Amino acid sequence: MERLDLSALFLHFLLLWFVAIGGPSTILPDIHRYVVEVHHLLTSQQFAEIYTLAQVAPGPNAMYVTLIGWHLAGWAGAAATTLPLLVPASTLTLLVGHLNERYPNAPIGRAIRRGLTPITIGLMFASGWILMRAVNRDWRGYLITLLTIALVLRKPWNPLWLLAAGALAGTLGLV
Amino acid sequence: MEQTNSHRPQVSAFALFLTFSRITLSGFGGLMFWARRGLVERQRWLTEQEFMDLLVLGQLLPGPNVLNLTVMVGYRFGGWTGAAAAVAGFLGCPCLVVIGMGVLYQQYGALPHVQQALAGMSTVAVGLLLATVIKLATVLPRHWRPWLFGVLAFVGVGVLR
Repeated sequence: MERLDLSALFLHFLLLWFVAIGGPSTILPDIHRYVVEVHHLLTSQQFAEIYTLAQVAPGPNAMYVTLIGWHLAGWAGAAATTLPLLVPASTLTLLVGHLNERYPNAPIGRAIRRGLTPITIGLMFASGWILMRAVNRDWRGYLITLLTIALVLRKPWNPLWLLAAGALAGTLGLV
Repeated sequence: MEQTNSHRPQVSAFALFLTFSRITLSGFGGLMFWARRGLVERQRWLTEQEFMDLLVLGQLLPGPNVLNLTVMVGYRFGGWTGAAAAVAGFLGCPCLVVIGMGVLYQQYGALPHVQQALAGMSTVAVGLLLATVIKLATVLPRHWRPWLFGVLAFVGVGVLR
């Protein structure tokens, strides 16, 4: 385990978020390389546990970076890894949001929306597909996933009940 | 279908903060589902089409796509203050919750029941994500070309990697 340099950690995460097009999972391999392979701050096992925990916690999945920082150096560490997340959002996104509100009918905006909507939908479906195959070990898991889809599309129930039922099914060893 | 300014609801910064806190704190295992439910179905601040448009931009920009969506929705309804309020709601509580869960996990994470419950929740969470995508796909025009691109993107990334 190396001595931790918080400012280097901050700068590295800042750089990563600016190239993180397509979401937080695209920079996961690089964060793993930095924290586990190059600097030996966490073991690969610890890294996987932190990631899983952030996936099931309420909130954005990107919060795994907060947990990594917290694990390494408490509140200061959490700030060093979380604040960079806000930088692209508060600069580039605000600028694009501003232009989009100002010129809602600009040809470039329309072209982007029209062209990328099907791609975005396809990519989101692909994420769901990959996750479905990763979390489900046998037909019972797939059945629960499919049942969830059918219920969400047909019933106006609060999905927190479905999540609670999933937790129960898991505890009973059905998944 | 382009955005129109005529029937845009009045939304306060506090309402933005509360709504995004609620979305984010419900968001076990993925936020897409809860963002769409909160903004399109519950509050009716956005139409299905407007939600999709902002999500496409959010996907294009660096960083988490739902965070980008949060910034743009906040800005649309409340300018700079609205954007700041929405982001504070979106990231504030989860930051504390995830750290709290980290502390709990160090104590109890090895218990088999906890692992099993988490596995069951992940299975349901995936279903929520897929159902959201199916609902959003209804904004695509009834024409084969957009569907072809969607399917190609899915096969390229989801099946062939």
